[in-house]
Amino acid sequence: MNSPIQLQPDETFILNVGPQHPATHGVLRVKMEMSGEYIVSAETVIGYIHRMHEKMGEIKTYPQFLMNLSRMDYLGALGYSHGHVLLVEKACAIEVPERAEYLRVVMVELNRIASHLFWFGAFVMDLGGFTPLMYALQDREHILDMLEAVTGSRLTYCYFRFGGLYNDVDDQFITAARTFIPRMRKSLKKYRRLVTDNVIFRKRLTGIAPLSPEMCRKYGASSAVARGSGINFDVRRNEPYSVYPEFDFDVPVFHAGDSLARYMVRMEEIEQSLRIVEQALDKLPDGPVMAAKKPKLIKAPPGDYYQAVETARGSFGIRLVSDGGKTPYRLKLRSPTYSNMHLFDEACQGMLIMDALAFMGSLDLVIPEIDR
Amino acid sequence: MSLTLLNVIAAVVIAVGFAALNAAYLVWAERRGAARIQRRPGPNINGPLGLLQPPLDGIKLMAKQLTIPGGADRALFIAAPVLAMFPAIMSFVTIPFSETIVARNMNVGVLMIFAFAAMGSMSLLFAGWSSRNKYAMMSSIRAVSQAVAYEIPMLITTITVVMISGSMDLMEIVRQQSGSILHWNIFPIFGNSHNLLMPFSFLIFFTCTLAETNRAPFDLGEAESELVAGFHTEYGSMGFGLFFMGEYANIVIGACLTTILFLGGWNCPFGLFPGVWWFLLKIYLLIATFIWIRWTFPRTTIYGLLNLSWKILIPLSLFNLLFTAGLLKVF
Repeated sequence: MNSPIQLQPDETFILNVGPQHPATHGVLRVKMEMSGEYIVSAETVIGYIHRMHEKMGEIKTYPQFLMNLSRMDYLGALGYSHGHVLLVEKACAIEVPERAEYLRVVMVELNRIASHLFWFGAFVMDLGGFTPLMYALQDREHILDMLEAVTGSRLTYCYFRFGGLYNDVDDQFITAARTFIPRMRKSLKKYRRLVTDNVIFRKRLTGIAPLSPEMCRKYGASSAVARGSGINFDVRRNEPYSVYPEFDFDVPVFHAGDSLARYMVRMEEIEQSLRIVEQALDKLPDGPVMAAKKPKLIKAPPGDYYQAVETARGSFGIRLVSDGGKTPYRLKLRSPTYSNMHLFDEACQGMLIMDALAFMGSLDLVIPEIDR
Repeated sequence: MSLTLLNVIAAVVIAVGFAALNAAYLVWAERRGAARIQRRPGPNINGPLGLLQPPLDGIKLMAKQLTIPGGADRALFIAAPVLAMFPAIMSFVTIPFSETIVARNMNVGVLMIFAFAAMGSMSLLFAGWSSRNKYAMMSSIRAVSQAVAYEIPMLITTITVVMISGSMDLMEIVRQQSGSILHWNIFPIFGNSHNLLMPFSFLIFFTCTLAETNRAPFDLGEAESELVAGFHTEYGSMGFGLFFMGEYANIVIGACLTTILFLGGWNCPFGLFPGVWWFLLKIYLLIATFIWIRWTFPRTTIYGLLNLSWKILIPLSLFNLLFTAGLLKVF
C-alpha cells in the first residue's frame, strides 16, 4: 500500500457517504473529509433508525419486551434474545430444563452461522465480488428453513421464553441440522478456494487498517474486531453462561489486526459454531423444554442485574435495574456494534476511500443494532 | 461516386446494427451467465429463455424521463453518453469479420481503432465532470488515469504485433496468420512471429483489454460499493442505456481486436475452411471469458491497478518490444 500524501487543509472536500450509500449497508452516514481519494478525517453519524428500544424496555412488561430484542439485530437475533431470557431468569431465579438450554445453544449457534454467512457475502460484495453473496445466501437459506420450521419466523425470532422455549424441536429438525453440518463444511472449503485464497482478495485486505489491541480496548471493541487484533476474549469461554462449558470449542485469535485477520476470525468461527452444534446435538438430553415452576407474572425482585452474552457481532451486555414492578426501572442494552463502529473514525484517517469501506465491511456493522 | 456513398451508408448501418444488437444481447448473455455462475435462473420470463428482455429493457429505459441535475453542464451531460457509444460503433467499420465481410478496410485500421478507443475515456470524463456529483467526479478521474495507464502497454504490445506482420492493415495481419493454428500470433516460434514471448504479449493485451473496457476486476470507474454507480450515477433513461451499450460494444471491439491480433481472425484452427463463423466463435468465447472473470473475481484497488500497469505491464511490454525488434533484425 502507498503511504498517504501530505495533506493541505485547503485542498480537502467533504464527501457524504450515506445514509443511503451502498457500502454502509443500512442508514449509517459517514461524513468524510477527503483529499482526493484519501480520507483526512471521518465522522460517523448515527441515529437514523433509532427506535427507543431501551425506553420500550422501561414501559413494557418483561414478556412484552421479548420480541424487541430480535428487532435490534435482524441477522443474529437469537443471540440477543438469549441474553435477555438469561438475565430475567437469573433475576427471578427460574430453573431452566437442561434440554431447553441445549436447544437454545443450538439455535443461537445456527443463527450465528447464518449471520456470519450473510456478513461474508456482503463483505465480499463490498470488495466487488458479487457471486460469493449468492452462494452464502443459499447456505444461509438452509439455516433459515430449519429455524422457520421450529420457531415460526425466519428473521425476527421470538422463540425463547422465560423458563424455556416456545416449543420443542422435532426429528425433522435434528436430521436437517445433522445433514447441514457436513454440507456447510464443504461450502467452507469452497469459500476458501474461491475467496480466501484469491490473490486480489488477499492483496486488498492484508495490512489494511491494522488495529492495535490498545485501540480495541480503548473503544471497547469485541467479536472478531478484538480477536483479530490478538485480544483473546470470548464471553462464551471467559464468562461462561448457559451450557457452553460443556462444549469443546476454540476461540480463534489472529494477531495481525488487519482486515484479513478479522475475516479469518469470522470464517474460523463458523467452523467452531458447527462444532458446538454437532456436540450439542450429540448430547441433547430428553425432557421438557419449559420450566415446571414459573411465576405467573414475571416480576424481577428489586436489584441490579447484568448478563453478557457473545452474539454474532460481539459481546452484548444487558443490564436490568428493577424496583420490583411489572416493568423494569431501567434496561440498558450494550450493543457490540456501537463500540466496534466508533473505531472507524480514528482508524480510517489517511486511508484510501476504497480501503476504508473495505475496513468498514470487516467491522460487520448492522445499523439497527447500533441505533437500537 | 454515388455507389461509394451508398456503400459507406450501408456499411455504417450494418456496423450500427451489429453493435447495437451485440450490446443489447450481451447484456442478456451477461445476466444469464452471471445467473448460471450464481446458481439462479436469471431473466427467463420475457420470451423463450428471456430473449425478449433486452428490447423490453430498452423500451423501459426510453419511456423514462432523462433528468439533468441542477447546476450540471447540460451540453456535456447530454454529449457524454453519445460519445460513449459513437467511437465503439465507428471502430466496427474497419473490423474484418472474414476475407469478404468488412465494412471498410483501411491500411491503418489498427491506428483508427486505437484513436477511437482513446475517445471512449473522454466520454467518462465528460460524464463525471458535467454531473456535478463528487462520486461521479472521483470515478471519472479514476477511469481516465486507468485508461492512460492501460493504453500504453496495450499500444506497445500492438506495436509488437504490427512489427511482426509489417502492416497496420487488420486484414493483412489476419492473412499472415493463415495456414494452421500454429501460425497464430499467440503461439511462439512457428509462423512468422518467431517470438517466444508472444503468449505473454497475449496475456498483457488481454489484461489491458479488461482494464480498458472497465470490466471487473478493473471496474474501478463504477465501483458500486464505493462510488455508488460511478460516472453514470446521475444518468437515467436512455443516457444510462447508452453508457451500458457503449460498454458492451467496447467489449466486442476488444474481443475482435484480440482475435485479429493474436487468434488468427477468421482462420480455422483445424485447417478446415476459414470463415466468419470462426471469427464470431472466437470473439464470443473471449466475451464469455470476460463474463466469467467478472463474476468470479473481486475488484482490485486503484493503486494496485496503477502499480500493475506502470510497474509490471509497461516494463514487460517494453522489453517484449525490444526483444521482438532484436529477433526481427536477426531473422
